[in-house]
Amino acid sequence: MGKPKLALYWAASCGGCEITVVDIEEKILDVADFFDIVFWPCIMDFKYEDVEAMEDGEIDITLFNGAIRTSENEHLAKLLRKKSKLLIAFGSCAHDGCIPGLANFYDKQSIFDYVYKESPSVEESSQGVFPQTSTKMPEGEITIPEFWNTVKTLDQTVDVDYYIPGCPPQSFQVAAVILAVIDILKTGKPLPDKGAILGADNKTCCDECPRERKEKKIKEFFRPHEIIPKEDECLLDQGILCIGPATRSGCGALCVQANVPCRGCYGVPPNVKDQGAKMISALSSVIDATSPEEVSRIINKIADPLGTFYRFSLASSTFKRVQFSDKT
Amino acid sequence: METKQTLKKEINLKDGVFEPKIVGFLCNWCSYSGADLAGVSRIKSAPNVRIIRTMCSGRVDPSFIIKAFELGADGVLIAGCHFGDCHYLEGNFKTMRRIEMMKLVLKQFGIDARRLRLEWISASEAEKFSKVTFEFTEQIKTLGPLRLIKN
Repeated sequence: MGKPKLALYWAASCGGCEITVVDIEEKILDVADFFDIVFWPCIMDFKYEDVEAMEDGEIDITLFNGAIRTSENEHLAKLLRKKSKLLIAFGSCAHDGCIPGLANFYDKQSIFDYVYKESPSVEESSQGVFPQTSTKMPEGEITIPEFWNTVKTLDQTVDVDYYIPGCPPQSFQVAAVILAVIDILKTGKPLPDKGAILGADNKTCCDECPRERKEKKIKEFFRPHEIIPKEDECLLDQGILCIGPATRSGCGALCVQANVPCRGCYGVPPNVKDQGAKMISALSSVIDATSPEEVSRIINKIADPLGTFYRFSLASSTFKRVQFSDKT
Repeated sequence: METKQTLKKEINLKDGVFEPKIVGFLCNWCSYSGADLAGVSRIKSAPNVRIIRTMCSGRVDPSFIIKAFELGADGVLIAGCHFGDCHYLEGNFKTMRRIEMMKLVLKQFGIDARRLRLEWISASEAEKFSKVTFEFTEQIKTLGPLRLIKN
């Protein structure tokens, strides 16, 4: 029997997830040693035809990062699902939609209008020239993928076995997962339950946060540039919007230790369906106001509540996107 | 893959007139008793409001509201005790803050914030409960059915 086969793919993502795999340092040698890497377009030259030529289920594990933005992303998600025994949503984009998912604030038409027409960097002569999925040229027909109206997560597109959250997943967690997988494949131990979240813990970011928490009473919110936070006190106590209470633990509370509030990249904590709704719930318990006017005054200081509460999970939230059907 | 349970939204038409579906979360101690009093006093209230009893209006998590809209509600009513009357002392203050913030987020989601209504209804205010249900139903009728887009 040959080595187990490993594939990595990036769809709509920034490449940070690939970096995090390389960031596992010398353990990458164990990976290269134990696995046969059959597909990893970011690192080596592979063609889609190579994957298409494989048997169904030939790849043992696929780490899929990136959201589903275009028809090409969707095609590869379906293809890799067919060819893989285990498909793992790797990183926040595949898991929750992440930053690409914030495009769900708009629709295809408004994105195209801005990018190809209204943006100041578009030359006048090419304003309003929109990309076509197929163009006839003297040499033949050329095609590009189609841009979908809504960004989707991987599990809204295909069946997913496991999730590794994070933007990017922390490399120590990635290393631990990979070593655990190698151990499972070597010893034949049982796999975790389908749908399990790997490389993360089952509490909230606050649980890992070393800052001191007191009874929260927020009179005013501050944006990070408006205040120099105290180093050892809870950021939310100081009025800095920290998404820690609505975020899964597992990252080691890195941002808060650097005086930066948690932004929520590890996604929803256990037993929560909607990250933004959870954050609203958490905040309304600690805002110190007893009249609607006072509440309004305090929360109106939150710049872009939707984009803040759902920064990483708009595409996987209950509404999935901003609705244009209810405009009155 | 769509694994979540979704209700096929059918717009409720009665004799060609849109009949909104409204989910009403009523607190056990005041508003639910108020609605009950309306019933036993034979005061009419709008049948569009489907009542769900909660122990406190503060028990209504924002995700309940979002889920109600997702599953086909055209409006969501939340009713609790007046300030100072809360059985759990300050649950209704939390509700008030929550609804204010929820309205802000609903607006950004592109959903008319008037589809979410908060009312304080005591156990003796059967008339008020009845009035609120009719008013809110009329309000949602003018806003029309909520159609969510997924793609």
